[in-house]
Amino acid sequence: MYSIEKLTGGYASKPVIEDITFEIEKSQLFGILGPNGSGKTTLLKMLSGILPYSSGQVLLKGKPIKQYSAKELAKTIAVLSQHSQQSFSYTVKETVSLGRYAHQKGWFQSWSDEDEAIVQRVMAQTGISHFENHQIPELSGGERQRVFLAQALAQEPEILLLDEPTNHLDLSYQKELLDLLKEWTENSGLTVVSIFHDLNLAGLYCDQILLMDKGKIQINDQPNEVLQEERIRQIFRTQVQKQPHPKVPAPQIVLLRDRDEEKEGRVLIDDSLLKFSSEYIALTSTVPLRTMSSGVVGAGIGWNDTFVNRHVNKNYRCEDHRAEMATYLREKGFEPSQTVGMMTAVFLEDACYHFYEENHFSALIVVTAGVGNAVDASMSGAHCSQLIPGTINTWVFVNGELTEEAFIQSIMTATEAKAKAMVDLTIEDAVTKTIATGTSTDSILIAATQRGHKLEFAGTITPLGKMIGKGVYECAVEAINKSTKRKKNL
Amino acid sequence: MLKQFTRKFLNNKGVAYLTAFIFLIITMLMGISIGTVSVPALDIVKIIGSEIFRLAPSGEIDPMHANIVMNIRLPRVILAGIVGASLAIAGAAFQGLLRNPLADPYTLGVSSGASVGAVLTLFFGISIPFAGAFTLPLLSILFAFVTIFVVLIFARQIDRSMKVETIILTGIIFSSFLGAFISLMIALTGDELRQIIGWLLGSVSMRGWEYIKIILPFFLIGSVILLANSRELNAMSFGEERAQHIGVNVQRRKMVILFAGSILTGAAVAVSGTIGFVGLVIPHLTRLLWGPDHLHLLPLSIMTGGGFLILADLVARTIISPTELPIGVITALIGAPVFAMILMKRRVERRG
Repeated sequence: MYSIEKLTGGYASKPVIEDITFEIEKSQLFGILGPNGSGKTTLLKMLSGILPYSSGQVLLKGKPIKQYSAKELAKTIAVLSQHSQQSFSYTVKETVSLGRYAHQKGWFQSWSDEDEAIVQRVMAQTGISHFENHQIPELSGGERQRVFLAQALAQEPEILLLDEPTNHLDLSYQKELLDLLKEWTENSGLTVVSIFHDLNLAGLYCDQILLMDKGKIQINDQPNEVLQEERIRQIFRTQVQKQPHPKVPAPQIVLLRDRDEEKEGRVLIDDSLLKFSSEYIALTSTVPLRTMSSGVVGAGIGWNDTFVNRHVNKNYRCEDHRAEMATYLREKGFEPSQTVGMMTAVFLEDACYHFYEENHFSALIVVTAGVGNAVDASMSGAHCSQLIPGTINTWVFVNGELTEEAFIQSIMTATEAKAKAMVDLTIEDAVTKTIATGTSTDSILIAATQRGHKLEFAGTITPLGKMIGKGVYECAVEAINKSTKRKKNL
Repeated sequence: MLKQFTRKFLNNKGVAYLTAFIFLIITMLMGISIGTVSVPALDIVKIIGSEIFRLAPSGEIDPMHANIVMNIRLPRVILAGIVGASLAIAGAAFQGLLRNPLADPYTLGVSSGASVGAVLTLFFGISIPFAGAFTLPLLSILFAFVTIFVVLIFARQIDRSMKVETIILTGIIFSSFLGAFISLMIALTGDELRQIIGWLLGSVSMRGWEYIKIILPFFLIGSVILLANSRELNAMSFGEERAQHIGVNVQRRKMVILFAGSILTGAAVAVSGTIGFVGLVIPHLTRLLWGPDHLHLLPLSIMTGGGFLILADLVARTIISPTELPIGVITALIGAPVFAMILMKRRVERRG
């Protein structure tokens, strides 16, 4: 559609844009990103033919854009700018109808049935038909933006150029507009070129992103390639982190707030924070901890400041155990949305915990273990799938900053250590009569303060891995022994 | 439902044109009828019928009445009407072009330019060979256009993209400069002083058919050009960039519209001096009543502008009869309060 070759230009003497070359293909949703003053709007104005360039070439469908007449151009390109001036109270329909200007011929252009049909269609498409007789100044920002979108569509363009179309729009309109644009590129062959301010919206909707900095192209590639943490940090000069979108395969960039660790005080998670009662073991942290866990509530990845391991009767059965657990937590004065909650049938007096310390980091490990329904994971096919509480619950609190990789490795290391404890204690799977590796409903929690020493890995031979491996093994052995002893005594 | 709406819409516009037309006719009849010698409206119709359309008069016509109507009042009313229409349509076009409902030919310096041309003609007694009576309007138009051209060149020097704000500011600067220039010339004249001052304050009295012949061609050319550009004016009232995106050749159309505006203003200033407020108030009022669409705004402004100036002239010559007031005084006296009232009423409506 578009082919831009060595484009240079700008205002007055200083070029805003220097030596830019790229292509835009048909039916793409093409995003332009960049910090303020990077030349995005200037580039878009050159693409729309409104701003002359000093050297290079903009080819539109193979023909230099300078050779198009204003009307020809308007039949190919429509532009929706950030804000439009309007001094007079035109009605919505009058405004949209102006979009047909380029298609009308003669001195006293007449309004054809086709014009009317197209205007009605685009007003329906943008959902503004019901206020076609309202005046523009009466409308809200979002409605006004849709009116001008309809005007642009009335031009029946092949290309739509947008300058931050979602500016001034609230969340639902942003989504609505971009969903519409996406649909049109996919179904009607429209090509959309848009400046974005919001990296995440761009990442979510664009097929291709051009990242600009200081009038030059930084990168022109797929969203996932463009939105790299390091690159965004450098170009926008700010602290960000990249994350996958939870629902669709699109990159998301999140801002990081500047944190004053000294002001927040030192945070140390150790055994002094543990609270025991006959019903539960709880740990409450003064700051939220980054957690990766399995459990009844608060499972997955998140930030939590309360951790509860609750004792339930062996015969505990409940239709909706999550809701029941949440109610229980609330009754005990914990906030379920900030809590990782687990259940166990084990007597909590048998819990075992130790605090381990290294030079720059430390960890608190808490294990409750019952091996009543121990399972050999390699042969678990022999078991029925009924869940029975009677579990090994492992908590690992790390005073340090963990990468996501370290979180996952921590889980692996802790699991391996637990399995080794089962082997060394020759715990048998009652069904298969082989050595068990765990129980059927084991849960694990890795929580980190995310401040202090940075721990990138937690594999078995890394400093953190060594600490977790040793700690979980020791605590598990001790806890299993305690619980076995209690059973024998009974 | 749609048809019903279209019909209602057409009806509305039909009502608008009818109202404006009736207003124009009534003011014309009043302008011809009222004066030291009162001519009944029916007689006026009879006189015009017989003198202009050569119809056989049905009944006696007083020859004195016929004389007054044909040689004094009719030309005066027609001249006032054309001048008012020219200023109003030029004002409407400038306002649309500059996206400023408070702009008029004066803001751009066009009127001042035309005045300088006219004053120079009167001062030096210039007469272009073969142009004869057209010397005055031609020089006025020439100066009006040169002024707007210089204003635009200046504006371009300041800001290459020629923003509307820049043009208005440059126009105001030129207006002041040319105003001072006229004052200087008046100070230098001796005997011609009264004639020039009288002309400057604006009047349509004692001009006769000659002046109508002078202004009419320019009025027709300017109006037709502007009417042909009403869609472009609509587009440009959304901003020049947007107009360009919609497909308007902005640079060329802007020049054409400014040229037509200069023709209208220059010719009006040449025949009647500087009459303020018509170009400002009439388009604004018309827009408030019937909407901003230039397709209708321009022709409606012609009618309301013409009627308004006829009415203003009538008041000017009758209110302290036999002395005549300069018409500009009346347009300002009527125009300013009406304008303020409209603004306030709109405020209240919007709040309510």
